[in-house]
Amino acid sequence: MRHTLVAMVEDKPGVLNRMVSLFRRRRYNIESLAVGHSERPGISRMTLVVTGDDRVIDQVKKQLEKLVNVIEVVDVTGRAAVIRELALIRVKAPPARRGEITQIVDLFRARVVDVDHNSLMIEVTGPEEKVNGLITLLEPFGVEEVVRTGRVAMVRGAQAKEYKTTVFK
Amino acid sequence: MKLTGAEILWESLVREGVEVAFGVPGGAVIHITDALPRYPVRFVLTRHEQGAAHAADGYARATGKVGVCLATSGPGATNLVTGLATAYMDSVPLVAITGQVPTPVIGTDAFQETDITGSTLPVTKHNYLVTEVGDLAPTIREAFYLARTGRPGPVLVDIAKDVQAAREEFSYPEEVKLPGYREGYPVPEEALRKAAELIQKAQRPLILAGHGVILSGACAELRALAERADIPVATTLLGIGAIPGSHPLSLGMAGMHGTPQANRAIQACDLLFAVGMRFDDRVTGDPKAFAPGAAIVHLDIDPAEIGKNVRVDLPLLGDAKELLSALLPLVEPASRTGWWKEIDPWREEFDWEEPLRDQSHLRPQKVIHAIWQATEGRALVVSDVGQNQMWEAQYYRHERPTLITSGGLGTMGYSLPAAIGAQIGRPEELVWVVTGDGGLQMTVQELATVVQENLPIKIAVINNGYLGMVRQWQELFFSRNYAATPLSGPDFSRLASAYGIPGLTVRRPQEVEGAISRALEHRGPILIDFLVEKEENVFPMVAPGKSLSDMIFPAQARRKG
Ligand SMILES: Cc1ncc(C[n+]2csc(CCOP(=O)(O)OP(=O)(O)O)c2C)c(N)n1
Ligand SMILES: [Mg+2]
Repeated sequence: MRHTLVAMVEDKPGVLNRMVSLFRRRRYNIESLAVGHSERPGISRMTLVVTGDDRVIDQVKKQLEKLVNVIEVVDVTGRAAVIRELALIRVKAPPARRGEITQIVDLFRARVVDVDHNSLMIEVTGPEEKVNGLITLLEPFGVEEVVRTGRVAMVRGAQAKEYKTTVFK
Repeated sequence: MKLTGAEILWESLVREGVEVAFGVPGGAVIHITDALPRYPVRFVLTRHEQGAAHAADGYARATGKVGVCLATSGPGATNLVTGLATAYMDSVPLVAITGQVPTPVIGTDAFQETDITGSTLPVTKHNYLVTEVGDLAPTIREAFYLARTGRPGPVLVDIAKDVQAAREEFSYPEEVKLPGYREGYPVPEEALRKAAELIQKAQRPLILAGHGVILSGACAELRALAERADIPVATTLLGIGAIPGSHPLSLGMAGMHGTPQANRAIQACDLLFAVGMRFDDRVTGDPKAFAPGAAIVHLDIDPAEIGKNVRVDLPLLGDAKELLSALLPLVEPASRTGWWKEIDPWREEFDWEEPLRDQSHLRPQKVIHAIWQATEGRALVVSDVGQNQMWEAQYYRHERPTLITSGGLGTMGYSLPAAIGAQIGRPEELVWVVTGDGGLQMTVQELATVVQENLPIKIAVINNGYLGMVRQWQELFFSRNYAATPLSGPDFSRLASAYGIPGLTVRRPQEVEGAISRALEHRGPILIDFLVEKEENVFPMVAPGKSLSDMIFPAQARRKG
């Protein structure tokens, strides 16, 4: 099963290396990993999508937490959470077909962020299924380039506080 | 007053209570060795950095203190890696200091540059690269704190050469700030009550004690629990001595070369209380067939060990000494005659004495047994890896935690340098090395260190002319295809003499006792080369990946071969 883990880590040299090395060495399967600053200086936040059975996920969480620079790992799978991914898609768009493409873009509440003679660059945010859906619809026009950030997640409302250790208070 | 980075390092080490460091100097640590004579630290020059790491490891296991080793950048640092991996697998507290090329050239493939923090990532508890002299003292503080707390382990600190020369005001931090690290856990009262209940209800409980019991200093508490509730105790290889070997509750070692009573009790018990051990495959055999009828209670300091290899019904997270003390008053006294009636016949299942009765061949078991008798079980024994290690575990009965060996990594060549560290840490103890002809040849140069440091270590070479343990597998599972295992070596007693250590050679069973008493009478180091039966095997045995129920005994083995 796919699990979404949120990890709070100290912003120290090599911390990403330590985590990735752990995944490689223990043969855990990561589908995506998104890293960025958190609301706290010196602390980065990662969202990881990992596949495995319960035993594997339990191990992934514990082995990550065993790393000295990893402060906390929370499995947000099954929690009420907002899950998003951002993608940029460049699609072939000769002037004659632009109308059709922008219609699709509007339906997905996506945006055109760059235009040139033969192509459009489209920005879309949403759960992965929405991004996948848009890409599928754009494929017949000729998708030239795609970049995706990987999943980021945040637990909704009051539940969020639960997974904040004392470090964050 | 400002100190140099090198001085800050030594000041910090002294504040951490370091009295001895093992290592080999070089260009990238020359500032550090230059400052050394001004500090009250004994520096032990080993002949290879692997020896330095093992010596620091042996020192740590023998004293419970953090062992320290030092190496230069590049090859010096990479030579430490086997020693760090050995310590990591066996949860031994070490701090390794390495020099690194100067900061301006890091990343340029400079002379003797290796990415040692990258290389040791998977074999250290944590590691650091210090590129600012202001970070040095806090880093050393953290390194020692991490090495010795929680589940102990090796920590490496790589210090750029220019940092060692740079000057800075010295102040040693009191506190460490490690928001992602926990050294302990609150006592799990509720879980302890459940554990006590499980012990109460069990008909056939068994304790399986590992290295964690010894590391935590919980031998007395473990024994008290076992005695109070009349629970038999089996141990892992590294748990040997957690309960006296002669204690009536002791079943000896479990696992691949464990005793029938330990392995059968695991397979028959209805409650397995595992303390400070990690269900290594050498202990469990096939994990799916392990302890099939038992509820498993697992007490360990490392949450990642719980549920890793076997299913656990009740985890007890925390320090063994603390939790066992808290558990003890919750447990009712019991007596389990029925369970003992089952167990006692298993003690008779294997004829341990057969090799001891043999008057015509020099059997390795007899050598170990004779060392045990002559030292009255009181020596600190450092064993190597292979058959010699297993015979030591089987035929030397330890009443205290006096066995030092590489369990998790199984590092050949460990014993001699580790014994150097152990003897330096415990000068009052009688230290014996039990090693193989293969293992000794991997670190034999440390005989020079023994001499230079004047250490009265007694060395028993179980010389069978083979990489014996591998040969045994070839005999039993590969139709005696002895590929790459026949092994020549020097005349070890003459080699020892060349180093300045008296050497004896023993060829016949009748000479064993005499040679051992001569070794004990001799005040300094001495080596005895025991030319033992070449194709002796270690039994009982559970074939790799098989269930603990499938023990092989000599008769079955002969039929197979
Ligand atoms: C450094 C290292 N290399 C290889 C091995 C694999 N190995 C395990 S036991 C063994 C044979 C050991 O031979 P020896 O030291 O003579 O001891 P014996 O088994 O004969 O007592 C070998 C090669 C190992 N454990 N460690
Ligand atoms: Mg041998």
